[in-house]
Amino acid sequence: MSAIDVGAALPRAKIEILPALTPLIVAAIAAPFIGSWSTFATLTLAGLAMGMMIFTMASGLTLAFGMMDVLNFGHGAFISLGAYVATLVFLPLAAWAQADSLMLNFAVFGLALIAAVVVTGAFGFVFERVLIVPVYGQHLKQILVTLGGSIVVEQLLYALFGPEQIPISPPASFNGSFVFGEAAIEKYRVVAMGVGLAVFVAQIVVLNRTRIGLLIRAGVENREMVEALGYRIDRLFVGVFMAGSALAGLGGVLWALYRGQVHASMGGELLVLVFIVIIIGGLGSVGGCFTGAILVALIANYAGFLAPKLALVSNILAMVVVLLWRPRGLYPVSGR
Amino acid sequence: MSESLTLQGVHTHIGRYHILQGVDFDAPGGHTTMLLGRNGAGKTTCLRTIMGLWKASRGAIRLGSAPIANLPASAVARSGVAYVPETMAVFSDLSVRENLLLAAREGPLDEARLQWIFGFFPALKKFWLSRAGSLSGGQKQMVSIARAIVEPHRLLLIDEPTKGLAPAIVSGLIDCLKEIKRGGVTILLVEQNFRVAREVGDFVRVMDNGRIVYAGAMAELAEDPQLQARLLGLSLDSHQ
Amino acid sequence: MRLLSGEAPRGGALRALLILVFAALMLAPFLFPGAKALNVAEKICVMALLAASYDLLLGYAGIVSFAHVMFFGIGSYGVALALYGLGPGWGAMALGAAGGLAFATLLALAVGLFSLRVQAIFFAMVTLAVAYAFNVLASQLSNITGGEDGRSFQVPDALKPGFKLAEIGGFSINGRMLSYYLVFVFCVVLFLAVLRVVNSPFGRVLQAIRENPLRAEALGYRIVFHRTLATCLSAAGAAAAGALNAVWLRYVGPDTALSFSIQIDVLVIVVIGGMGSLYGALLGAALFVIAENYLQALIGALSKGAANLHLPVLPSLLHPDRWLLWLGVMFILAIYFAPTGIVGKLRKAED
Repeated sequence: MSAIDVGAALPRAKIEILPALTPLIVAAIAAPFIGSWSTFATLTLAGLAMGMMIFTMASGLTLAFGMMDVLNFGHGAFISLGAYVATLVFLPLAAWAQADSLMLNFAVFGLALIAAVVVTGAFGFVFERVLIVPVYGQHLKQILVTLGGSIVVEQLLYALFGPEQIPISPPASFNGSFVFGEAAIEKYRVVAMGVGLAVFVAQIVVLNRTRIGLLIRAGVENREMVEALGYRIDRLFVGVFMAGSALAGLGGVLWALYRGQVHASMGGELLVLVFIVIIIGGLGSVGGCFTGAILVALIANYAGFLAPKLALVSNILAMVVVLLWRPRGLYPVSGR
Repeated sequence: MSESLTLQGVHTHIGRYHILQGVDFDAPGGHTTMLLGRNGAGKTTCLRTIMGLWKASRGAIRLGSAPIANLPASAVARSGVAYVPETMAVFSDLSVRENLLLAAREGPLDEARLQWIFGFFPALKKFWLSRAGSLSGGQKQMVSIARAIVEPHRLLLIDEPTKGLAPAIVSGLIDCLKEIKRGGVTILLVEQNFRVAREVGDFVRVMDNGRIVYAGAMAELAEDPQLQARLLGLSLDSHQ
Repeated sequence: MRLLSGEAPRGGALRALLILVFAALMLAPFLFPGAKALNVAEKICVMALLAASYDLLLGYAGIVSFAHVMFFGIGSYGVALALYGLGPGWGAMALGAAGGLAFATLLALAVGLFSLRVQAIFFAMVTLAVAYAFNVLASQLSNITGGEDGRSFQVPDALKPGFKLAEIGGFSINGRMLSYYLVFVFCVVLFLAVLRVVNSPFGRVLQAIRENPLRAEALGYRIVFHRTLATCLSAAGAAAAGALNAVWLRYVGPDTALSFSIQIDVLVIVVIGGMGSLYGALLGAALFVIAENYLQALIGALSKGAANLHLPVLPSLLHPDRWLLWLGVMFILAIYFAPTGIVGKLRKAED
C-alpha cells in the first residue's frame, strides 16, 4: 500500500471522548427529574431537533472566528434575513405548501431553503467586503461595526416588511407527529433534524476530505503559515464567511417554520444562544459547535419543562460550568 | 537556474521599533548562506521580511532578477520561496500526511520525493497518519522541514532548525540539509549552533543591531577563532 | 476642572461647548419650562453618567462589555423595590440605592474575576448572554419585579410632583424641580469622580494595559486587579445612574431599565462622543438625547411628506419608529470616519 494512500481514512486523531458525552450526562441527570419515559423521549427528540437548527446557525460563525479572528455580531441579521426570504417563497407558492402532495411540499420547502441560502450568502459577501474588511484585526471596531450593521439590517427589514410578525407554517405534510407509544415527535422536527444532520455531515466531509477543508482547518490554527505556503487565505475567508452567512439563513428558515412566525428580532434573540453554543464548543471548532448545540438545546428543553422561568439562565449556568472546567471550550482548536 | 537572493538597504519597523536598519547582503544562488548573530540582532525579522510576513519600510529584495519586496507572503511563496519558521508552525490538528499535502501546492504528493524524505526522516513514515500535535519536538521539526522540500523551491528560508533538539537528531538534520543542498537550491539558514553552521554553510553573513557586520566564506570564519569571538561574542566550542 | 482632573478640556471650542451644556443643565428648570424639556435634561444627566462609567471600561480599559445596562437595571430595581416594599421614605430610598450599588459591584466583581479565565472576545459574548438572561429573568420573576409591566412606586414627599416648597419670581420650587436637582447634583459629583479616576495613576495604568497588556504585565502591573476594579467602578456608576433615573421616573420596568436598546444607546453615545474621553461622553449624551427627542419628530414629518408625495419606500424608511436605522448608519460612519468622535474632531479643528 502506497504511503500516500489518498483514500486513507480520517487521521488517527485521538479525539477526547468526555466532552462529547456532556449531552448524555445532562440527559442522564435530567431523566429522573422528568419522570415519565415518554415525556423524556419527547423532550430529548425535540432537543435534538432544536440542536440541529442551532448548529446550522452557529457553525459558520465559529469557523469565521477561528479562521480570521472576525467575530460577527451581525450574524443574527442573516438569520432573520433568511427567514424573511422564506416568506417571499412561501407566499406566492402557498398552493404548493397546502397541497396534499409530498413532492410539492418538499419542492416549496427546498426552494425556500435554496432562496434563503443564496440571498444570505450574497448578502454575507457584501457585509464582509463593505463592513468588515476596513477593520480587519481590530477586534473592538469589528464588534461595534458588525453590531451597527445588524441594527441597520434589522431596521431595514422592519421598514421593508413591516414591524409585525409574519406568520409562516410548514407545508401540509410536515404537520402532525410521528407517535411511538406515548412518545411523540412532530414531523417537522424530524425534517429539521434531517436538514441539520445533512449540514453537519457535509461540513465534516468538506473539512476532512477536500483540499479546501484542509486549508480551512489549517487556517483556523495558523493563518500566517498557510499564507507562507502560498495560499491566498483572505479569498478563502470570504468564502467561509459567505457559507457561514448562508447557513445562518438556512437556520433562520428552519427556525421560523418551527416557531410559526418571522420577525426581525428573532435573529438577535437567537444570537445569544448561538454565542453560548460556540463558547461552549470552542471557537473555531465544528465538532465542538455540534456538541455544544445539542447540549444547549437539551438543556433548554429539559429546563423548559422542569423550570420554565429558568430555561435561559440554566444555559448561562451551563456555559459558566463548562468554562470553569474547560476555559477554552469543549473542543478547543490548537494554537488559539 | 539557481538564483541568488539579494537585499539592498532593507529597513523594517515593527510598531515603534526600528529592527532592520539597512540590511545589505546577498545569498549566492545554489549555495547555503548562514545568517548568524546574537539574539535580538534581527535575524528572524530578516527572514520574515524576505518572506513578506512583515513589510519592509524601505529597500529592495530580489530573488534572481525578480523583485519580491512588499509582495504579500502568499505571493512570495508562489514565486518559489519556502519558509521553515523558528516556531515550526506545524498544524497540530492535522496529520503529518495532511501537513505535507498542504505544502504540495502543485497537486498530489510525488511518491519518489516522499521516499527520499522518508530516507532521512523515517519517523514521518511511522507517524504518517498521526496528529502532528502528538509528535515530539524533533519530529515536528522534521515535519516543518519536510513541508519545505516536498516540492522543489528556488529559495529556502530556515530559522534555527536545531534549537532545542537532541544531538542525535541534529546530526540527522545536518545530513538532510547536505542532501538538500545537492539539489542546487539556494538556502538562507539562521543558526545559533556553530557546528551546524560550519558543516552546512558555504557562506556566512553576521548580523548585529539590524545590520550586516561581516560577509564572507564560511571556510574563512571557521579558521579564525579570534574573528569568531569578536563577531559572535563567544568561542565556537561553547555553541555545540 | 483642573483641581479635580488634571486634565482640563483642551481646545476652546470643546471648552465652550462643555460650559454651555453644563450651564444649560444646571439652569434647566428655569431656562426650559415644561415637562418635556425637563425630562430631556434629566435624561442627559443620567446618560452622561452612564456613558462616562461605560467609557471608563470601553475607552480607558479597552474592555468590551454588554452588561452595563444590567447594572443600570440593578440600581433602578434596587431603589424601586425598596421604595415599593418599604414605603416612600428617604431611608428606604437610600437603602435601595445602596443595596443596588452593592449588588451591582459584587456581580461586577464576579464577572471581572471570571474574565481572567477567558479571552477578551469570550468576555464580550458572555456579558451579552448574562445581560440577556438577567433581562428575561426580571420579566419572569413578576411577583418581585412586576414582570413586563414593571413597578410604579412613590417617592419621599419632597420629591413628589405635588409638593411645593416655595415660589420664587414666577418659578415654582416643586417636587419635580427638587427631583431634578437631586439627579443633577449626584450625576455631576459622580461624573467628576469618574473623571478623577481616569486621570489618576490607576487610570493611566488602565490605559497602559489597554495599549499593551504584555508590556504592562512585564512592568509589574497587576492586570487582574486593575481590570476587575475598573469593572466594579464602572458597574457602580451605572447602578447609581439607574437608581437616580428610577427616582425621577417613579417607575421601573424592563423597557426602561434593562432593555438592550439602552445598551446600544450608551455604546453609540460613547463612540460618537469619542472613546477614551469623558467629555465626549457628556457631549455625546447631550447630542444624542436631544436628537432622539426632537429630531425624531422632524424625521416623522419628513416621512409624512414622503407619504403624501406617494414615494415608494421612503415613508417607512423615515418613519420615526425607524429612528434606530439612521442611528445605526451614523454609528457605523462614526466608527470609520470619526473614530475619535466629536471630541477628536473638535480638538483636530483647533490644531
